[in-house]
Amino acid sequence: MEPKSDTRRFFKSLHAFGERKQAATVNMTRNVADLLALSQQEDLMDLPNHSPLSTSEDEGDSDGERKCQKLLEAVSSLGGKSRWKLSERSEATLRVSEFNVTCDGSGEKLVLSDLLEPATALSSLAAVKKQLLRVKPKTLAVPLDKREADQILRKAAFSKTSQVLSKWDPVVLKNRQAEQLVFPMEKELPAVAPIEHAFTGWKTRTPLEQEVFNLLHKNKQPVTDPLLTPVEKASLKAMSLEEAKIHRAELQKTRALQSYYEARARREKKIKSKKYHKFMKKGKAKKAFKEFEQLWKDDPSTALQELGKMEKARVLERMSLKHQGSGKWAKSKAIMARYDLETRKAMQEQLAKKRELTQKLQVVSESEEEEECTDEGIISASDGMNDLQMNAAGLNPWMLGSCNSSAERGERKTDPEQLPEQVASGSSVGKEDERPVAEELLLKERSFQERVEPNSAKPVGSQEAEVSSDCQEEVSESRELLQKLHKENDQSEQQKVSSVGTVLQIQREELAQEESLVPQRLERTHVLEEQGELGKEGHCQKRGRPRPMLKGEWKERNPHSVLDVSRKEKKKKKDQLIDLQKLLTTRSPVKSLAVPTVVELEDEVETDHKQIIKEAFAGDDVIREFLKEKREAVEANKPKDLDLTLPGWGEWVGMGLKPSAKKRRRFLIKAPESSPRKDKNLPNVILNEKRNILAAAHQVHTLPHPFTHHQQFERTIQNPIGYTWNTQRAFQKLTVPKVGTKLGHIIKPLKAENVGYHSSSRSDLSVLQSNRKCLSKKQQKQLKASSAD
Amino acid sequence: MRRSHVTGRGPRKAEVACLPEGWQNPNPARGSWGPRPRAAKMKVKMLSRNPDNYVRETKLDIQRVPRNYDPTLHPFEVPREYVRALNATKLERVFAKPFLASLDGHRDGVNCLAKHPKSLTTVLSGACDGEVKIWNLTRRKCVRTIQAHEGFVRGICARFCGTSFFTVGDDKTVKQWKMDGPGCGEEEEPLQTILGKTVYTGIDHHWKDPVFATCGQQVDIWDEQRTSPVCSMNWGFDSICSVKFNPIETFILGSCASDRNIVLYDMRQATPLKKVILDMRTNTICWNPMEAFHFTAANEDYNLYTFDMRALDMPVQVHMDHVSAVLDVDYSPTGKEFVSASFDKSIRIFPVERSRSREVYHTKRMQHVICVKWTSDSKYIMCGSDEMNIRLWKANASEKLGVLSSREKAANDYNQKLKEKFQYHPHVKRIARHRHLPKSIYSQIQEQRIMRESRRRKEMNRRKHSKPGSVPVVSERKKHVVAVVK
Repeated sequence: MEPKSDTRRFFKSLHAFGERKQAATVNMTRNVADLLALSQQEDLMDLPNHSPLSTSEDEGDSDGERKCQKLLEAVSSLGGKSRWKLSERSEATLRVSEFNVTCDGSGEKLVLSDLLEPATALSSLAAVKKQLLRVKPKTLAVPLDKREADQILRKAAFSKTSQVLSKWDPVVLKNRQAEQLVFPMEKELPAVAPIEHAFTGWKTRTPLEQEVFNLLHKNKQPVTDPLLTPVEKASLKAMSLEEAKIHRAELQKTRALQSYYEARARREKKIKSKKYHKFMKKGKAKKAFKEFEQLWKDDPSTALQELGKMEKARVLERMSLKHQGSGKWAKSKAIMARYDLETRKAMQEQLAKKRELTQKLQVVSESEEEEECTDEGIISASDGMNDLQMNAAGLNPWMLGSCNSSAERGERKTDPEQLPEQVASGSSVGKEDERPVAEELLLKERSFQERVEPNSAKPVGSQEAEVSSDCQEEVSESRELLQKLHKENDQSEQQKVSSVGTVLQIQREELAQEESLVPQRLERTHVLEEQGELGKEGHCQKRGRPRPMLKGEWKERNPHSVLDVSRKEKKKKKDQLIDLQKLLTTRSPVKSLAVPTVVELEDEVETDHKQIIKEAFAGDDVIREFLKEKREAVEANKPKDLDLTLPGWGEWVGMGLKPSAKKRRRFLIKAPESSPRKDKNLPNVILNEKRNILAAAHQVHTLPHPFTHHQQFERTIQNPIGYTWNTQRAFQKLTVPKVGTKLGHIIKPLKAENVGYHSSSRSDLSVLQSNRKCLSKKQQKQLKASSAD
Repeated sequence: MRRSHVTGRGPRKAEVACLPEGWQNPNPARGSWGPRPRAAKMKVKMLSRNPDNYVRETKLDIQRVPRNYDPTLHPFEVPREYVRALNATKLERVFAKPFLASLDGHRDGVNCLAKHPKSLTTVLSGACDGEVKIWNLTRRKCVRTIQAHEGFVRGICARFCGTSFFTVGDDKTVKQWKMDGPGCGEEEEPLQTILGKTVYTGIDHHWKDPVFATCGQQVDIWDEQRTSPVCSMNWGFDSICSVKFNPIETFILGSCASDRNIVLYDMRQATPLKKVILDMRTNTICWNPMEAFHFTAANEDYNLYTFDMRALDMPVQVHMDHVSAVLDVDYSPTGKEFVSASFDKSIRIFPVERSRSREVYHTKRMQHVICVKWTSDSKYIMCGSDEMNIRLWKANASEKLGVLSSREKAANDYNQKLKEKFQYHPHVKRIARHRHLPKSIYSQIQEQRIMRESRRRKEMNRRKHSKPGSVPVVSERKKHVVAVVK
């Protein structure tokens, strides 16, 4: 703004100059000479563009002419009548200047020299002139029009104001969330004078008081506010500095270390190379192993603890599906494994890893026998489970859809045979554990009815015809069936152990065997009779025994079997495989993807689907749960007997004494026989008979707005708030109103001081007035800033 | 030892154990207590009791009743509390008698009301015939009457210290009056009269400084000592109908003009800040006294809009329930609720964060309500209406007036909490929501519901039968804002 203000000042002086009307005749000649010199100098400089006087036309070559004209004028004015003579206009100019300074013609530009013209006479203006000569030309932007300027001002003011307002955000939030707000908010603090003030007017009167004061004064005990003696203060100060220094140094060090480690960790974390990470991991493992060995030598007890940790890691690994082939990588590899040797290898490697990780560490002290026992136990325990899983898998609607035709065929063929077997076994075996077996039977029966009924007639019929032929035969048949049942069990176990693909194969082969057996039954009866005894005694053993053993027996005892050699070989192969897999001691129903590497799949896609579903539903047995739930519901809804016997009423009581049976009978109110349940004949449904329709009118049907889950809402309802259920204090707390007001108190609007903010000391009016004073300046500044943007 | 009033199973047993020798077993025939102990050999364990636990200090104390809080002894918590809540709700409706008094004396419709900043009992009102009255609420009497203006008294406001008040009228004047009446023999004269060039339609006083703002053709800020405005701000050319100072950040003003917009001003920088244009004209605005950036606008389209002044493009909440233009709005001093006066002859109370009103007040004789105020102790509401009366209402319709005993207070709090807890249950909700409405309002509500429904249906149909995305779903809050001008 400097140049502008300067020019302004200059104009003022010009005016003054003009008004005074000096008689300039004395120095006129000298003036002319000066002027000429000046005009030559001024060629070099230019007037700032923004000056209101400037007509921004380009200056041509007419400069010389003009100077000449000026010279003439100067000369003519030597006569000295009027100082300012209007220049005659030969043609219309674009603009007429109010200061009478015009450029000649339209294509002219006003130059500073024109303006300086009258100023030369005054010696006092020499300094100004010099300044002006030094001025560098500087271009300013055209000022904005008022609308835009206003808008910019408003924008700036708004952003400023909203910034000021946003300091209230936390206050508003706090007030909205507050448990209770008590108005008026400003607390009228009781005027509590500090104790020193209370002391001032107080004098010691009694001797005791005097003594006490003497003591206090001797020790320089301060009476006023900072309750520390000078000595204490000094000691505090002396201690604090050094300690603080040490402390600070320590802190600095730790901070530096921390930042260093953080940076390093961050850097390492950013490394994307898998190879690097693999190496790192391996290195770590190696290191850990070495350390462990060292530890084992040095300190066995801690090493044992370490071992425990490792065991835990193993358990974790077992629980996870990490190396099991359910991952993305494994799945992708599983498809490729058929064709690519390398991927197959990789898969096997991974499986080996899994095996290795999940291998239980053998503790040396345990004998082999025990191990066997445990193994058997595990297997036998898992038997029932397997059966169930098979059944569940058979019934599962998800599985049904995906079953391929061959599998269905196979099941259809096996089922009719299975059914009578199980009916038979139900009577003989099922006594140990009635209910689950019965349920299984129910399930099996249902699955059978659902799916097999249309084409079941023939095989069953033929079998029955055979069975009814002879009484003895029947017995033997039943024995055979029993044995078959065991076989089935083993088979199911095997199925579980092996993969789905093998399951199919095995089933098919089993089927073929059994079919081939049917015509031979009659000749085989005597053999089976012998077996019957064996079957009886071997009941318990066989259950747990691994499949290959049984097969071996079976083969031995059936020397006439029509199975061809190739099939046998196949079976052997399979057995080997199974043996191998048993070694893995995997018990989870979720199968590994080892299968595709070993056995070729026939219908890969379908089995895949099946497997996926199996994996998805692994571990949850929906049907059994449902049955259990239903049983519980039925039990719960049964009316209970009411026992009203009072012990000690007319009889002796005490430990071990019971009211007499007669009493009990007399005071027992039998529950009335309830009407049969509506869902008695609907196995898939639980109908709630307790539901009260009338209560529905009092219940909330849709979840109210602030709640996101019905449990939240129920919880708020279930917690009683009344004095009947709560202590007095709790009741008061629970029922505190959200807004509290005091009678007859004026509630004033929120003030900055009330919430701990600093309010400005200047009043709005004074700010406004001071703002208005420098408004023009400010406006210009703001405009400048905004135009610069 | 005598049996105390404290009875229960434990103590009885103990008493049996320590019966003195001379005492008879009360019912020896029953014999179920077994043989009596021989005192010489048996070790008898005495129960000791502290009389402080059961003896009252004075006769005036309430008897201490020991309680057993075992939940098995107090079953059915939820059903019992539900019944209590239901009863509380019913009683609330039974005791809902909000109307307290009607102050009559004006000879024309009451056009404006003002609270006294220092006194709860004083209220000022200006009427359409230029008369200003000062009322004493406890005596329900008019204390003073001034013929202040010719024509309407357009606006009235008290100075923050409560010593004087300002009025503006249709006669283009701003007058300052002393709150106390003139002495004996003195004439009723304003302290100061400012003659303006245009009609002033509203006035509001600064909350701390001797500054007031008027509106009309433009918003003028006046220093009390001067007869010309310190600064005047305008934006647009339509007349401005009301101006209000922000009570917390006192340099901010809000105004509403008849060209449907609400304009915010900054007094310190003497510039308007922002303008929001709504569907229809806003009659007046009111700032939340506890939340610096929230204000509520009473609109001609039957709705009220609560805005955050930093984000004007969408109101924080749209409050709808009135069936005619909303003429005035005032916040409760707690900032949690506000009351609105409407042309539909009713006033409604809205919680700030809810879009529906919690209460509606009306009487047979109350006509179009022009102005409304919530008293500074947040207990009462005053409204001035067309038919020359000022009415006094309770803010909580069923609240008991006067000082409550602590037990009353506790019971009241408990009932409130119960009502709150069970508010979503259908029966409680139905009873709590039920209000009797005059036929005109009721039928209007039905009619408007039908209209809204049909509009909604039409829009839905249009959306269904046009290209997906071409008829966007516009939220209710966004619907009414036409534009925000920076």
